[in-house]
Amino acid sequence: MLEAFLYFIQQILNGLTIGSTYALIAIGYTMVYGIIGMINFAHGEVYMIGTYVSFVVIAGLTMLGIEYVPIIILAALTIAIIVSSSFGWAIERTAYRPLRGANRLIPLISAIGMSIFLQNFVVNAQGARDVAIPPMISGGWTFGTENFQASLSYMQLIIFIATFICMSALTLFISKSRMGRACRAVAEDIKMANLLGINTNRVISATFVIGASLAAVAGLLLGLYYGVANPHIGFIAGLKAFTAAVLGGIGSIPGAMLGGIILGLTESLTAAYISSEWKDAVSFSLLVLILLFKPTGLLGKQEVEKV
Amino acid sequence: MTNKTLLNVSDLRMQFGGLVAVNGVNLRVEEGQIVSIIGPNGAGKTTVFNCLSGFYTPTSGVVEFMGEEIQKLPDFKISLKGMVRTFQHVRLFNEMTVVENLLVAQHRHSNTNLLSGLFNTPAYKKSEERAMHRARYWLDKVGLTDVANREAGNLSYGQQRRLEIARCMVTEPKLLLLDEPAAGLNPKETKDLDNLIVSLKEDYHVSVLLIEHDMNLVMGISDNIYVINQGTPLASGTPEEIKGNPDVIKAYLGEV
Repeated sequence: MLEAFLYFIQQILNGLTIGSTYALIAIGYTMVYGIIGMINFAHGEVYMIGTYVSFVVIAGLTMLGIEYVPIIILAALTIAIIVSSSFGWAIERTAYRPLRGANRLIPLISAIGMSIFLQNFVVNAQGARDVAIPPMISGGWTFGTENFQASLSYMQLIIFIATFICMSALTLFISKSRMGRACRAVAEDIKMANLLGINTNRVISATFVIGASLAAVAGLLLGLYYGVANPHIGFIAGLKAFTAAVLGGIGSIPGAMLGGIILGLTESLTAAYISSEWKDAVSFSLLVLILLFKPTGLLGKQEVEKV
Repeated sequence: MTNKTLLNVSDLRMQFGGLVAVNGVNLRVEEGQIVSIIGPNGAGKTTVFNCLSGFYTPTSGVVEFMGEEIQKLPDFKISLKGMVRTFQHVRLFNEMTVVENLLVAQHRHSNTNLLSGLFNTPAYKKSEERAMHRARYWLDKVGLTDVANREAGNLSYGQQRRLEIARCMVTEPKLLLLDEPAAGLNPKETKDLDNLIVSLKEDYHVSVLLIEHDMNLVMGISDNIYVINQGTPLASGTPEEIKGNPDVIKAYLGEV
């Protein structure tokens, strides 16, 4: 009985871990959609680049003989954010801005092209095979009986805390800062925002940069958690995060957070109680079910026809 | 002529394919004047507004604002120059609060970037305080202080109209284009609006170009009136001249 409960708790912890990182990546999808009404299909690649940059920094600093882990991770975080957000910015400039005002399908195609380009760019630069780093943060707490031990690793705790900090900072930024206010105005009525003198191009760039920074944080966290990466991790992570965004209601930031957590929990519980082969099938069935009953997603707003 | 000409429109023409929506319209707004455009439904009044404010590029004709030709400029550049408009259907940021609507309109007055907001620099703080001060001032002026933190979409129609005018005013415009501001208002609200527009002119030296169907409002506050019918100018003059003009009466009431 106790063991069954501990097993359940363990699955919840694992689900929250993976769900937090989905949520971090999902923010990028949902913000871009909220502002320009398009899905940034290259966003998964930005996350993948975040992981790679972290690995390069970690490997480099380790080779230089630096052993103090917080310094290494802080450096990896900073550089991953800078590089990923530059990519996010560049994606908007090259794949979206020249096509602003074109038929919606066209930027979709160019974003998919950008995604393929970035994958192959990393394949050429870093090789197509898995790269690995040694575990940086090991250990944790275990609790339970002799038969079953549930554990919360330090790494999981760091993922929770980092996600919590990022989400709180983002929420504050959106609700309180001037740029956040401009973001909300542009999301609601871009034409009117432009008319009031808001530099909408700058707001759109900011959205891509913020989304990319959060994806970089997710890249570092998941990179440290799994310890391996390859140039194709962006595709599946992007798909999952996109699902999370749609599940929560695309365009809604709290929705992306909630969607990520729900998706992570569904996956880990399915893997534990049904079979890990079924976890994707169950998560996507859940998506279909939710969209059937609530087409705008869990926290999405009903689209009101503009007069 | 003692006043300076703020807006001078000559021979404005707007054609959509084969349809001539506006033809040969001339307008002049002097500094400190309230000028109205009236005419039956579908006369092309809003099309004139759209040409002036840069929503449409006129087919031909010249729009001069403060001595500068602006007919080719995009809408946001025109509004930056100080000609700001409202819409026939209120267009507020409904999901933002009343005060946020006024703050976001002042975005351009403050040249801050992503980082200065993140680090809360003194310059950023100061300009935020200034924006807040101006927003509070105008909330008080249009009587919306009590609802400052409500979402704009939840206000009554009359309040939304006043908020829209306040949102124009925080940008410190020279010329305000109001497109049917009294539409849908009750007599009391129309009276308040009347006072507000006159006060904009007298206390803030803002000129107003007004499209309106409420004749009491138009006749009461206008310095000058232009009548448009089927896209072409029909008459212009002071309220007294327009009231007695048989062509205007005919256009409004049909053959009598």
